[in-house]
Amino acid sequence: MIAAFDLSGDLQVWIGALLTLMVFSFLWRDNPFYKFAEHVFVGVSAAYWMVMGFWTTLWPALVLKLFPAAGRWSSPEAPVGAWDPVALIPAALGLLMLARLWPRLSWLGKWPTAFALGTTAGYSLVRYLRSDFLYQIQATIGTGLAPTAGGRWLWQESLAQLLVLAGTVSGLVYFVNTREQKGAYGRVARWGLLVLMITFGASFGSAVMGRVALLVGRFQELLGPWLGIL
Amino acid sequence: MRDVKQRVPQIILTVTALLLIASAFVARPGDGSAPAVQRLLAFADQEFATWFSILTVFAFLLGGLNLVATHLVKIRDRGPDRYYSAVTLVSFVVVLAVGMAKLGGPPGLQGDVTAPGSWLSAVFDAVLSPLHATLYSLLAFYIASASYRAFRARSLESSLLLASALVVLLGRIPAGRYLTTWIPEPVAFLRVEELSLWILRVPNTAGQRALMIGIALGVIALAVRMIAGVEKDPRSGGDGS
Repeated sequence: MIAAFDLSGDLQVWIGALLTLMVFSFLWRDNPFYKFAEHVFVGVSAAYWMVMGFWTTLWPALVLKLFPAAGRWSSPEAPVGAWDPVALIPAALGLLMLARLWPRLSWLGKWPTAFALGTTAGYSLVRYLRSDFLYQIQATIGTGLAPTAGGRWLWQESLAQLLVLAGTVSGLVYFVNTREQKGAYGRVARWGLLVLMITFGASFGSAVMGRVALLVGRFQELLGPWLGIL
Repeated sequence: MRDVKQRVPQIILTVTALLLIASAFVARPGDGSAPAVQRLLAFADQEFATWFSILTVFAFLLGGLNLVATHLVKIRDRGPDRYYSAVTLVSFVVVLAVGMAKLGGPPGLQGDVTAPGSWLSAVFDAVLSPLHATLYSLLAFYIASASYRAFRARSLESSLLLASALVVLLGRIPAGRYLTTWIPEPVAFLRVEELSLWILRVPNTAGQRALMIGIALGVIALAVRMIAGVEKDPRSGGDGS
């Protein structure tokens, strides 16, 4: 039995479907349709994220603080805020970033870059120390290796936690490159490598599942809203 | 002058990072009578993240201008891909105009830029979202051929990687679960969905924690080197000057 087509009359659905087919055409080989879709993607996504950045960040955090009266255009009923001279600092840093466009002034562009790197280093040091170092160690050894429920020892849970502890320690031993990995130390490092391989396999399996889910989603979109078969 | 070019970026980097690190260890001041240092640290903690976001938008602006300049040069030089460059430029300018003018949404510049009915949300639904999903879904095809080449079980390590990936994959799809329904209840832990869960819960957790702790140590070391000015790139702006 041949499924009945019920083509969509929605322009948005048609544009999405045609662009999807253009991208899929790359499976055959590189061709003008794919290149067209690829260049549309570059132009649209660059403009989209610029616009989002302007209206969600630059407008409230910079423009409205430096030119409070501009708030009347976006929120006529809201009271006009006060001028905030502190906003001149990020404005100056932002303008310095644009100095990179002029070769003679490009060295000034390093100042905002230095601020961005300093912010990243400051936040990262504290955040990684807390959540990815201390909390992970706490989660590995802090929960106790002999969990019980209603006075009964959960030996399977204990075994699992012991394996997690052993796997984490041996994985870390594998990363230590300041000592030659041989003898008992080498065997622990080897065990760590095997644990890491299982981890990479699980991550790969999850990544494949994610891509396949996206693929199924695209086919559902083509067969459902566009062709009306599903 | 050379000193200014070299040292000012490093001073900005070090002072910014140290203020943020110190602010994590100092309580927020309750009122205006708190010591000046405490108020300065609270100010840094509160404002620097916003300034960073503002700089990100300026970086987008710089990227956008660069994109326009690059493609204008391609069109001017009548290169082989000039028509595609024109496609990029037209897409860029149209979406920029639609978004900056907040077309289709509430009147004037009022309301959310992606409010229902706005042209920018239509661009997202009709163009950006399908293209993004389809480009990523293409990897499903290439990942299959790549994994065939990478996973040929030549050693214990690659065999473990292959087995782990297969079990996790099979454990998440109905067909995979169906393969091992015949395994009797007393040894149900050998069923593929149970094995998949066990891999994710035990060895995967151990490996992820080892990776996270290792990465954390690396990030902390890098941050300290950057703050101390030992790392070359941040101090020189990446071009070694």
